Order: sequence, then C-alpha cells, then structure tokens
Amino acid sequence: MILVLAYCSVLLSFASCLPALLMYQRHNLPAFNRQWIINLEEQHFPILMRRAVFGLLGLSGLFAILAGLGVLITGEVMTDRISLGLPWLPWQVRFDNLSGFFFLIIGIAVSAVSLYGPGYVSTYEEGRHPFAVLSLFTGLFVAGMLLVLLADDAFFFMIAWELMSVASYFLVAFQHENPANRRAAFLYLLMAEIGALAIILAFGVLASFADGFTFDALRDARLSTTWASIAFVLALLGFGMKAGLVPVHVWLPEAHPVAPSHISALMSGVMLKVALYGLIRFCFDLIGEVHWQWGLALMILGTVSALGGILYAMMQTNLKRLLAYSSVENIGIIFMVLGLSMIFMSQNQPQLAALGFLAALFHAFNHALFKNLLFLGAGIIHHQTHELNIDLMGGLIKRMPKTGMLFLIGCMSISSLPLFNGFVSEWLAFQTALQVDVIDNGVLRSLIPVAAASLALTAALAAACFVNVFGILFLGLPRSRHSDKAQEITDQGMLAGPALLAGLCFLFGIFPGLMLGLINDVAGQVLGASLPDGATLSWLHLAPVSADKASYSAPLVLVGALIAAGICFRYLRRSPATVMRRAETWDCGFGGLTPRMQYSSSAFMMPFRRIFARVWIIDEQVRKDSQGAMNQDVAAIHYSLQIQDHSWPRLYQPIERAVNRTARLVGRIQTGNIRTYLGYSFVTLIVMLWIIS
Amino acid sequence: MNIEQLDFYTQAVLSLAALVGLTSFLMLGQGRLLRLIFVFAVQGFLLALTTAVAAYSLNIHHLYISAVLTLVLKVIVIPWMLRRLVLQMNMHRDVEALKNNSAVMLGGASLMVFSYYILHPIVQTSSIVMLNALAVSLSVMLLGMLLMISHRQAVAHVVGFMSIENGLFFAAIVATHGMPMVVELGVAFDVLVAAVLFGIFFFHIRTSIDSLDVDLLNRLSEVDK
Amino acid sequence: MNWLLAVLQTVLFVALAPLLAGWIKWCKCRLQNRKAPSLFQPYRDLLKLTRKQPVVSDQASWIFTTSPYIIFSAMVLAASIVPLVAVDLPTSANADVIVLIGFFSFARFFLALAGLDIGTAFGGMGSSREMTISSMAEPAMLMGIFALTMSASTTNLSFAIDFVLNEGLVLRPSFIFALLSLMLVAIAETGRIPVDNPATHLELTMIHEAMILEYSGRHLALIEWASQLKLMLYGVLIANIFFPWGIAERITVEALKYGLLAIVVKLALLAVLLALSETLFAKMRLFRVQEFLSFAYLLGLLGMLSHIILEGAR
Repeated sequence: MILVLAYCSVLLSFASCLPALLMYQRHNLPAFNRQWIINLEEQHFPILMRRAVFGLLGLSGLFAILAGLGVLITGEVMTDRISLGLPWLPWQVRFDNLSGFFFLIIGIAVSAVSLYGPGYVSTYEEGRHPFAVLSLFTGLFVAGMLLVLLADDAFFFMIAWELMSVASYFLVAFQHENPANRRAAFLYLLMAEIGALAIILAFGVLASFADGFTFDALRDARLSTTWASIAFVLALLGFGMKAGLVPVHVWLPEAHPVAPSHISALMSGVMLKVALYGLIRFCFDLIGEVHWQWGLALMILGTVSALGGILYAMMQTNLKRLLAYSSVENIGIIFMVLGLSMIFMSQNQPQLAALGFLAALFHAFNHALFKNLLFLGAGIIHHQTHELNIDLMGGLIKRMPKTGMLFLIGCMSISSLPLFNGFVSEWLAFQTALQVDVIDNGVLRSLIPVAAASLALTAALAAACFVNVFGILFLGLPRSRHSDKAQEITDQGMLAGPALLAGLCFLFGIFPGLMLGLINDVAGQVLGASLPDGATLSWLHLAPVSADKASYSAPLVLVGALIAAGICFRYLRRSPATVMRRAETWDCGFGGLTPRMQYSSSAFMMPFRRIFARVWIIDEQVRKDSQGAMNQDVAAIHYSLQIQDHSWPRLYQPIERAVNRTARLVGRIQTGNIRTYLGYSFVTLIVMLWIIS
Repeated sequence: MNIEQLDFYTQAVLSLAALVGLTSFLMLGQGRLLRLIFVFAVQGFLLALTTAVAAYSLNIHHLYISAVLTLVLKVIVIPWMLRRLVLQMNMHRDVEALKNNSAVMLGGASLMVFSYYILHPIVQTSSIVMLNALAVSLSVMLLGMLLMISHRQAVAHVVGFMSIENGLFFAAIVATHGMPMVVELGVAFDVLVAAVLFGIFFFHIRTSIDSLDVDLLNRLSEVDK
Repeated sequence: MNWLLAVLQTVLFVALAPLLAGWIKWCKCRLQNRKAPSLFQPYRDLLKLTRKQPVVSDQASWIFTTSPYIIFSAMVLAASIVPLVAVDLPTSANADVIVLIGFFSFARFFLALAGLDIGTAFGGMGSSREMTISSMAEPAMLMGIFALTMSASTTNLSFAIDFVLNEGLVLRPSFIFALLSLMLVAIAETGRIPVDNPATHLELTMIHEAMILEYSGRHLALIEWASQLKLMLYGVLIANIFFPWGIAERITVEALKYGLLAIVVKLALLAVLLALSETLFAKMRLFRVQEFLSFAYLLGLLGMLSHIILEGAR
C-alpha cells in the first residue's frame, strides 16, 4: 500500500513531463482535439499547462510525503522488483525508514515548489526560455531523485542517479544564452560525472566481494579493512562531490545561481540531501561496519566545509551565490555530525551514535526547509526587482512586508536562533560532541572538542552573515531604483510555498519531538540502536541523553518569552502621553541623509575581511580621481573588490594543467598519417595475439 | 581515576602544569620583547612554585634549595639580564610583526595534543599524573622550539632556548622529584653561563651586522645565489 | 511552590540588574576621584525614559519598534534559567547553557537588525562591529563553557552548580582557564572597557551605542535594561559556577536568605574588580579586539585540552 503511494509519486512526477511534451506536439494532434486546443490556445493554454504541470508535481510531492510518513510510522521494510531494464537484471526496490525519511524531505520541498512555481515561471516567455523544456526536466529530475531513494541494487541506483544528474544539468543550463551559465552547467556536469564514476567504482569494490549487484548481496559482502576503506574513500569522493564538500564544492556556487530559483531551491534543499542519503546508505547500511578513521575524515572534512562555506558565503554579494555557499556550510555541519556518529559507532557507543545520527538527519531536514525557503524568497526578490546583487537592495521590508516576514523566518532558522528548527539540530550536535568523555582514544577526545568549537564559530559567523543579508536586503533605505520601485508579490501561490516552509520551520522549532521521534526509528533501523523513547523525546522537554545532562523545552521558552514581552508591552504603553511619534532620522544636524551613506554589505563584512584575510584571495583597489590646484581635491573615489576562492588556484588549476600536459603528450601519437594509424592497429593486434597465446 | 580523587599535591601540580603550558603559549604569541621576557619570568616563577609545592608535600628538603635557585636564576637574574640587554640595545620599542600568528597558535595546540599522543604508550606503566605532567613538559619544550622557529629576534631565541630548559626541569621535578643536587647545580650554572655568553654574542653580532634579526644572518652564507 | 519561587527569582534578577550597574558606576567614580551618583540612579533613568514619548525615525519598520521587546524578553528568559539564589528550580530544566547562549544571540540578532533598519551610517557601523565581536566571542564563550560542562558532564546550569558544590574544593586546571576565558568574553560581550566604552558617544569607537543611537523613550529604557541584565547575567554565571558556595541547595527561608546574601556579596566583589580593570586599562583599537578575543578562545581551547589531557580518566 505504502509502496504504491511511493510509486504513484514517481509516476506523477514523470506524468508532469507529459503536458510539456504535449505542448510541443499540439499542432500534430488529431483534428477534433486540435480544434479544442486551438480554442484555448493563445490566452489560456500556457496558464493551463503551468497549472497542470505544477499540479501533477504537487500531487507527486503530496504522495511522497504520504509514502514517507507511512513508512516512518509503520516502520515496515517493503521490497519489490520491477521487470524493467535488462531482462536478467530486474530492478530491485526497497522502501525502508531511511528512504522514507528522505521521501518526506523531497515531498515537502516539491510541494512547496509546486505551489510557488506557476507564478514564478510566468515570466519565462515561449521561445527563448521554453517552459516545456523546464517542466520536462523538472519532472525527470524529481523522478530521478525519488528513484535513487527506492533503488535496491547498484544498477538501478546508478541509472536513477544519472537521471537526476543529467536532468539537473539541463535545468542549470536552462538560461543558456549567457556563456557564463553554459560554463557553470558544464562544470556541474563534469563534476557530477566524475562523482558518478567514483560511486560506480565504490560499488564495484563492494561487488567484487559479493555475488551480484543487489544491495542485499552487497550487504553480505565481507571486506577486509583496506578494501572497505578504499570503497569508503571512493564513495566519499562521489557523494561528497554531489553534496558539495570542500574542496569539491566548486560547482555549487556556480550552478545554483544560474538555475531558475525554484530549481536552485530543489537542488540546494533536496539534491544535496540525496547525496547524503547515498553516503549513509553506503556506509552504514551496505558496508555495515564503520571505522573511527572514516568518522574522523568525515568530521574534519565537514568542519572545513562548514567554516569555509560560511566564510565564503559572507563575502558574496550575489544573493543566490551566497545561499549556495551557505549550503556548503550546512552540508559541512551535517557531515561533521555524521562523522561524530560514526566515531561513536565504532567505539561501541550505539546510543551516542544514534544521537549524532539524529542530529545529522534532523539538520538535513531543517536545512531542506529553510534553504528552500530562502531560495524561494530570493526568487521572489529577483522576480520583483530583477536584481540579485544585495548591495543594490534595501528597504524592501516596507515594500514587500509578507516576503520580508517569510525571509526573516528563514534567516532566523539558518542562524540557529532558539525557537526555530535550525537551533534544535545544532543543539543536538553540541550535545553529541560533549559526550566525548566516553571515548578511549586520546586523540579523538582532543579533536572532537576542537570540531565543536569550530561548529560554534560557524554558527556565530552564520548569524553575522544572515544579519547582513536580511539587513541589507530588507532594511534601511533602498539603494537603487529597482528596489525603490519594488512591489509586494501578487501571486498567492508564490507566497504560499514559502509560507508553508516557514510554518514548518517554526513548528519543528517548537515541537522538534514530532520529527525526532520519526528519525529515531530511522536510527533504529540503520544503526540498530536508537534513543530510548518517551522520556527523552517528549513533546515538552527534549533531553537526548538524560534529564540531568541537558534539556531544552521550546514550548515553555516560547510561553515565557510571550509572557515577558506581553507584560512589558502592556505596562509600557498604558499612558496615552507616550504614544510613539514619527520624526526624521537624526542626521547630526547636517541634513540630507542619502541611501549611499548606509553601510553596504561589503562595508558590513569589512572587519571579517580583515580578521580572516587569509581565507580568501582578496583584490581590493581604491582609485582616487583628483582635481583642482595641485591635484589636491578628491573628486571621486572608485572602489573595487574581487574575492576569489582559494580552491581554484590551489587545486583545480594544477589539475587542469596536468590534464593539458598529458593531453599534449597523448596528442603526440596522433600524427594524422593514415599509415601510422594502421601501424598502431597492427602492433595492437600483435600484442594481443602474443598475450592470448 | 578522576581528578577529584587525587590528593591536593597532584591537583596543584596539574594546575601548575596547565599554567606553565599557558605561559608557553603566551610566549609564542608575543611580539614585544619586554613582555616576552616578563612572561618568561612568570614561567620561571611557576616552576619555582611547583618545586616548592613538591618539596613541601613530599618532604624533600633539597628541593627547597632548587626552588630558591630557580627563583633567583630564572625569575630574577636571567630576565633582568635580558631586560637590560634589550633596553641597552634600544630594542624594547620594536614590535615584531608575527606572520601567521594564528597558524602558529594552532600549530602549538596541535603540538600539545601530539606530545600527549606520543607519550601515551611510553608512560603506560606509571601513573596518569606523570603522563599528563610529562605531556605538558614535552609540549613546553616543543613550544619553545616553535618559538625559536617563528620569531626572528635573537633575544626571542634565547628565551625559547631557556623555556626548553624549563620544560626539562618541570619534567624532572614531577617525574623524579628533581634531579640529583649536583646535576641541578651544574645545569643551573650552565644556564647562567649560557645567558651571559648569549649576551656577549649579541653585542658582537650587533656590532658586526647592525641588527639582531636572525634572518639577516642569511647574508653570511657564502653560497652564490 | 517551586515554580512560584522560580518566577520570584527571575523577577529579583530583573529588578537587581540596574542596581548592579549603579554599583559599578559608583565604584568607578570613587576610583577615579569623582563624585558618584546615587546607587539608584539607573532606576531613576529607566523610570524617566519610560515616561517620555518615544520618537521613532520615519524610515523605521516594525523591526525597529518590536526589537526592544524581543531583546528584553530574551534577556528575561536567560535570567530565568540562571540560578541566582537557589539551585534546582524547575525553570532551569527549560533550557541549558547552550540555549542561554542562543538567547544572547537571539537578542543580538535583533539588535543588529534594528541598527540597520533606520538606514544611517552609525547603525550599520554598530551592527557590523557588534556582529564581528560577537562572532568571535560566542565560540570563545562556548569553549570556556564546554571545558566546564565536560567536567560536570552536564550542560544544565543547575546540575553543573550542584556538581561543583558536591565536589568541594578541587583545583582543576580546566576551570582556571575557563574562568579566565569567560571573564574576557564577558567584558567583550557586555561592551565594557577595553572592548567598548559604555559611556561614550564618540563615533569612531562606539559599538553598542551606535546601534541604539536612534532609540528613545521606553524603547531605549528596555534596551538599556536588557544590557544591564546581560551584564548581571555574566556576573552571576561567573560567580555561581566557579564560586557557587552559599547558594541555597534546599528551599528553606534560612537557606534562601544566605543564598541572596552570598550572591550580593559575590556580585559586589566582581563589580569592584570590573571597575578596577576599567579604571586601569584604556580602550583598545577595534582590530586589537580580535587578538583579545582570540586569546579568550585560546584559553577556552586550552581549558578543554587540559580537561582532556590533564584530568582525563584514562
């Protein structure tokens, strides 16, 4: 039954491609239909199509949510086989709690996007940006992600994985008239394929110790530690590339900004999580036995990604690029905590491992919510102001109050402030890290606190980053004509999508137990250990280890805050003589405050730029135009700032050079002379014959 | 065995060990020479205190002598000499801009962990307190070396060298309740002589190359560039 | 009964905060050979401000006008979970010390947004500096706290204090580091000299004041009160975690009396220390603050390492 729901969701997402195909073929339809469609044609046809596409997609999301919840609540493991593909290799399907949890994430994200979509894509006119193409690949992309979660053999997994990667490539390349976009899309495709290659190799290593490629066979494979580690490294490379770990994150800030906003929301909020799913499935489920060295590697990579991601995010002025870097940060946090969980698992502390696992998955869930919300918000802003540079914004909160409210909730969640969901998962992460005393290994005991400290720094920097984002975007005076003229969005759907996500952010911030209870079952199934239910995860108090170690009660905190604010609000406003008066902003008596006097985001981040100067490659130039007698009056000051990622010159350019060099070496054998080529074939033949004999 | 089950002497030694480690860190990040020398004196004082505590609680009388010796030499005489040297050469206003200070600090922290890690198998047989205190003294030595590597002023090198000796001394006090008196006197004398010799050398270096920046000694290389 | 006591303790906390600020000011004045204002001057100021008509910039949005309430209630919440007179009150289970830091960052988030809201250069300057300093101070504080909570193996403040009380006088290297680190952080976070000067409106140096320059009337009163609360929170944290002796462990009138007396004496002493250091030191340049806070961070880190290395069970 539940499996049928899951199938329905996949089929519906495939179905959402159909109207798109219909759109192109509408002139070739049989005559009686054609008449009907042409009647609709000019005015209503595109609107109808949009509704149909996103309606199907939304249904698909809804079914995914139902399927996910169903499997999480019942806790069944369902298997099935579909006789598709090669005749002797039917596709194995398995739907368990872990898949169900990620189904839930995808379902929520897709539902929100399908509410948002119809309004957002209405600006893409036919011709240059055909909606048909967009919807076709969106449907394939979602279906691919869902199939990855269902796959229970390596072939099926890779097919679904490639479907997801390739479909998303076309989505990134959607606005292909801009060469930068094409370059970004190509980079994405390249890295996705290298990653896929690594994953195939990882499966290959496992399969060579097992009979067959089904996951059941792979689970039974007994590997030596060395081979298991090789498989782990390959999987980490492959899935890490998709997830965007530093230093293989470079495609992310390139690809996310150029895709349409609702697609970047899906990519950042959901696709990265599918990579996370792959890694969890591979390490905890298929390999089975984890080693602390792997956990340490994950933890270190995660910490570096978290810090690097947020530091790079802070320096971006393109809103979507900033959000993309912040995804790197959050993925880093998730991997770090997952690494902790692995370490605890290998040290025979399954309860603590379950705690870390809980924190990692809950953060993944939360990140899907708030990052989707922020990307959709960025889409609204782009839609209304045609601008993504935050230094040209300002004052939007008065022009777009509802969007402002939703965006604020997103910013507060991502900055992990109490009462919101992001805080709960970081709190759990800290609780996990603080249990380090049970570990025997001295080095681990000293490294884990350092990782916890980096997590603290990351959280604080994230708060600074998103104060900057919200403050510069929405507050102050408008810095350009576009933002001055901006209007609140009129399409209700475009507000409903983000509003749904914002509501969930708040809901799970106040009642995290709802979700944690479900994830606990996932941990139970994957790790074979879970937190004791009931007392530790009640709806009122959250006490993951035990009540005398740590507890957090968001509902009581909320009530307390409301009481405190209510009392002072009532008390202070009772006298009519103290009604608030509006007046001009204080300008020190000089008069004429202009928007250009405000801090811009580069000004806001200047202290950070100076303190962490070595993190970036900074090219900062100030040029003064002088005039007057002796050139003493400064007429104008030009300031330019270029900030670059270290990973390009340090890592990728050497690789690029090496590849070019080898290509040139290989090129030498290409003489162009046909007789030489014949000679090569001849020599090959001889060698082959010699080998065979 | 947790710290609350240990006796007061051990707790005190551990706390002092922590503080000695801290002074090493402080020296590492210090750009001003006079302050560096001051921190060095503080470290000497902590050593003297450790020796005194050990002497008191273990009731070993000759340790009192070495405590006094440490106090006189490392807290008063050597810092005073170095200070006079710096003032005479008018270097007290120089601020050495430390390059990648935070990297050095992080390196220091990881050295601490590293020394704990390598001592772990060695001291398996003896008590935990010993392991911990030895780890600190080893890291004090390593930090002293790092100080010499990261600083360019010759005076800082002397301080680094002396703090290596401090680390050894701390280890001796904690692990074996001090060295035999003769050895200790000899070492103390050596250190004093070293300090004097360094002072003389400095004057010579300064008169010949007009600076105490050790990077300038590179010029003495006779290899053609 | 216990809940009532918890509420009373919170009210007491909120009520005493201006007194502490007045006492610090008094000490500072006496130390600098000036005539001191009355100890109750902060109360008078607050009362006066609440009676005045607030003037709000016409550029301000709802963020600006609601922020004071949010900031104040976040601080009140924080006060409700820090044991002041007695331990084991039911409110302390609502949130642990990590959530406490969360409350601080909640308040700071809105304070910084309010600074950016009116669109003046001062506001942005203050917000930028505040976020810079806090983003270095917050991890330092967490490191210090972690060093502590790992010894007590709980992050619940009430239980941690219980742990220190039960253990008696133990010389822990990690506590020494944590204490030093927390003191440095407290100075930075509450905007005291040498990081920020609460008594100045000089544009080049101000941080906290720059953000709240546009506030007036009851809004200003709330923000001022909140920052006095924050100062007191840090004071009580330091006093009660590291020197918890005297705090009421049982709920009897006698014990509570002693608890109140003890905390008043401890806070008064800490305040004298603060006034002394404010008199002795000059304000730092903004970019020296980073070194100051990295030092606090280093201390916290060393505290944690020394907990693991020196006090480890293995």
